[in-house]
Amino acid sequence: MKTAVPALPRRIAATLALPVALIATWWFTSAHSQNFYFPPLRTIVETFGKLWFSSQAMQNVVPSLVRFSVGYLAAAVLGIAIGIPVGTSRNLRNVLEPVLEFLRAVPPPVLVPVLILFAGLGNEMKALVIVSGCIWPVLLNTVAGVRALDEVLAEVVRSYRIGPFTRFWHFILPGASPQIFTGLRQSLSIGLILMVISEMFAASDGIGFALVQYQRSFAIPEMWSGIILLGIIGIVLSLIFRAFEAWILGWYHGLRQSQRAN
Amino acid sequence: MIRAASAMLEVKHLRKVYADSSRTVEAIRDVSFTVGQGELVCIVGPSGAGKTTLLKCVAGLLAPSSGEIILEGQTVVEPPPAMAVVFQEYGRSLFPWMTVHDNVALPLKHKKIDAGRREELVRDALAAVDLKGVENAYPWQLSGGMQQRVAIARAVAYEPHVLLMDEPFAAVDAQTRADLEDLIRVLWARLRVTVLFVTHDIDESVYLGQRVLVMSHAPTVIMEDVAIDLPGERTQLETRSMARFGELRKHIYSKIQLAKQGWRPPA
Repeated sequence: MKTAVPALPRRIAATLALPVALIATWWFTSAHSQNFYFPPLRTIVETFGKLWFSSQAMQNVVPSLVRFSVGYLAAAVLGIAIGIPVGTSRNLRNVLEPVLEFLRAVPPPVLVPVLILFAGLGNEMKALVIVSGCIWPVLLNTVAGVRALDEVLAEVVRSYRIGPFTRFWHFILPGASPQIFTGLRQSLSIGLILMVISEMFAASDGIGFALVQYQRSFAIPEMWSGIILLGIIGIVLSLIFRAFEAWILGWYHGLRQSQRAN
Repeated sequence: MIRAASAMLEVKHLRKVYADSSRTVEAIRDVSFTVGQGELVCIVGPSGAGKTTLLKCVAGLLAPSSGEIILEGQTVVEPPPAMAVVFQEYGRSLFPWMTVHDNVALPLKHKKIDAGRREELVRDALAAVDLKGVENAYPWQLSGGMQQRVAIARAVAYEPHVLLMDEPFAAVDAQTRADLEDLIRVLWARLRVTVLFVTHDIDESVYLGQRVLVMSHAPTVIMEDVAIDLPGERTQLETRSMARFGELRKHIYSKIQLAKQGWRPPA
């Protein structure tokens, strides 16, 4: 039919080539490093194994992941729940747009001191910081997705007298879902950043807290290993997200492919 | 007035003006016609004749500026339950996130029919349009002609009294188009449904219709109501090569030419 898809091994090789080269470069150039701030990668890896595969480490990793999940999911639900009525109603949009633009322009980290005041130092504060940053890409993309719903399909829905419940679940939500997922994807990395930042400010556990502790006590290999851990968490979350997206938006990728073929 | 008693659909002095802050456009000036129960009426006109506007008003999707649409004795103010519409853009009128089966079944969920009967309607409708074995396919996996069959099946399963079709075959190839035209004739005869079929294709209107309403250029009025006195049994090969087919075609064609030049019947 079309050009042959590259064999799977070749694709894996292509994907891994650069990361492997970079790691190898780091490994060998740092192998005999005497620089206190840039220890050999071998030392970092050894520390990584000792540090993050212990039950003690889980006391930092698990709270972080819970905060992230709660904040991210709350932002997703809120963003979609607010975005759909705003996208549907022009009047609502006119009223809310200036406020939304302002709130979106406020960098979420500056909210941390404010949120500490009324949400305390606990998990609520950290989840709120994550929500305050993650909600905007979801909300704005949901609004755009709802506004871009196909007019012909909207007329089909009207002409068959399809009720509000079915209209929501079977037309508006799936119709806007490709855009909603764009927002969710953007929020993923924002959520991770805010998770770490909120833990650096005021916390007694969490990966961000641990990083600051290591830095202050000049535990340099530990600090580096924490950074690597965050990178790995980011990759794993993005892989989970991609699998979820492929499952929900399978129809969309198929549709796009069939349009390209024509 | 005897005819009015069996009227399925009446359009009375329909006028539609689009107005926004900067300008007003008169799309339809004054259109009146009646479609009897079980009739198959085609509306043909040059492009820009306000055909789609007219159909949307009849479907209750667009409010007339003045005049009235009456379906089975009731004034249409919103899409009526006894009506189904097949749109021109088959690629945009099916839900791409639903399978063929779910596309056909969706409107039935609101008709308060039990699940068994619903499945039966979906199965029968897909069989009626010669689509079998694609229930679980997505619309975008099918050809254009098959997608439009799905849209027709959805309308058929809805069991409407009136079927409105807005240039449904404008975007498919000629061979598919001929097949779909025959399908409409077959469904119409079998289901005894009233059909209002909008097209810009003169041959199609003559081949399909019992009557052809010729529209003027916008602002639209009806130029002529042409009775199509061809035999009821129609085939692409024979009907289209009949002398009478040619005469009707020529007659309507000349009217459309006049319409394009801006000629309109005296008010």
